[in-house]
Amino acid sequence: MVLVYIDHANGKIKKSSLEAATYGVQLASKMGTSACAVALGTIENVSKLGEYGITKVLHCTDARFDSFDARPIAKAVSEAAISIGANVVVMSFNQNGKALGPRLSVRLKAGIIPGASSMVDVSNGFKAKKNVFSGKAIADCEILTSTKIVSISPNTIPVAIVGGTCTVDAFNPSLTDADFAIKVRGVEMVKGDIPLFEADLVVSAGRSLKGPENWGMIEECAKILGAATACSRAVADVHWRPHHEHVGQTGLAISPNLYIAVGISGAIQHLAGVSSSKTIVVINTDPEAPFFKAADYGVIGDAMEVVPKLNIALKKLKAG
Amino acid sequence: MELKEQAGAGAVTVINVGPADNEQIIRKALAVGADDAVRINAGEDVEPFFVASQIANYAKGKGYDIIFTGKETISYNSFAVGGMLAELLDLPFVSQATKIDMEGSKGVVHREIEGGEEVLEVALPFLIAAQKGMAEQRIPNMKGIMSARTKSLEVVEAIAVDTYSKIAHYEMPPAKSACKMIGADDMDMLVDLLHNEAKVI
Repeated sequence: MVLVYIDHANGKIKKSSLEAATYGVQLASKMGTSACAVALGTIENVSKLGEYGITKVLHCTDARFDSFDARPIAKAVSEAAISIGANVVVMSFNQNGKALGPRLSVRLKAGIIPGASSMVDVSNGFKAKKNVFSGKAIADCEILTSTKIVSISPNTIPVAIVGGTCTVDAFNPSLTDADFAIKVRGVEMVKGDIPLFEADLVVSAGRSLKGPENWGMIEECAKILGAATACSRAVADVHWRPHHEHVGQTGLAISPNLYIAVGISGAIQHLAGVSSSKTIVVINTDPEAPFFKAADYGVIGDAMEVVPKLNIALKKLKAG
Repeated sequence: MELKEQAGAGAVTVINVGPADNEQIIRKALAVGADDAVRINAGEDVEPFFVASQIANYAKGKGYDIIFTGKETISYNSFAVGGMLAELLDLPFVSQATKIDMEGSKGVVHREIEGGEEVLEVALPFLIAAQKGMAEQRIPNMKGIMSARTKSLEVVEAIAVDTYSKIAHYEMPPAKSACKMIGADDMDMLVDLLHNEAKVI
């Protein structure tokens, strides 16, 4: 049996968890079994997981689970895994999954592949690929324990609706108030933006834009595309853009379908966070910029001239 | 070190799981102000569960109020040691933490989440996986380097731990096809390629 951990924000199932559900369902079918899900907290419409191929959802509606706290969640998920006899647990390698996976690994005495980027190969052992050395190499990781955990990098697999229905069972893990040691004082979300982590399209810019006042055209480009905005570390360090927009080794790692990099040279630390993007466009004045080697499409030119032209061309496309 | 200075009391122990070569780095940590250090003698290429088990075995029962780890290694990018250690010691765990302030025996910790940040409150003891922004990196001065030579660096042999996983082999990422160059005045062409060839917009 495969168990999928469903992560949520404000009562809504995250897209990254729908990817995990799809991954879990496909893995279960390779293993000749079915996939269940565990959902913790006040979450709307968990029965829709049936449409993705999940056969049963264990749902604990305890509101103490509405915010993320890795310790009680690891306890509850391991209890769910044991109760249904799951030998594989699947979750997203998102911010919460990065905290939960290792805890659960210890709790279930289960080896983990943190950040898998391929479907598990079950033909000879239990192996999946994962990017290592900041994307410079790929490791084929094998889990040796009888229970296994796979956390999957976002955008590893497209969400697939297969049609179907599932049962929803009430689930009441045995937890006390002492298990919930972390209280949320406040949450500050960036307003009006598409969350970078889940964005399909990203427009990013670097220091060669010369100042935060020049970001208008980047924001306009993102708006036309329905894309999220991002930036290089240098830009976040001088506070031209907020830190949460920083992608790269020390910032967020993303893998959107389209990454447009404007005025970013492409240092290895930056590439580490974006090189798994499906299509990369690089706009830079320097023809020797290392980023062109990682790019699919390149434009040599000054951002101040190229981006406004790009915006006009995009508007034409959108106007049909 | 910042927390110790703010509190005006306390001690900072640094711990590393690895070979003797790592003592250079450990001495650096002592030189910027750590009080003592421990190295668990182990090979270089060990899995996260091994590392977490060694640290847990050492730290258990020693009454540390806060344990800090990094968020990930830059080699395997697994984000695993902090969470595993927290579970082994049954401690509350805040990952991807960018800031901490103490309010008495409570930590107020900022944690990065998708699309924003949350501010959390957690009572001692707890474990934090810190990321960029947590503290300003210090550079050792001569006085620190001299005093580091006489500080205690305990070496402990590693305990045996079950193997959970291994890397079967490595491969290179698929070669990227050559970058298609487009003229700076040809943005209609770029948009057309993104729409019809790459099919991403």
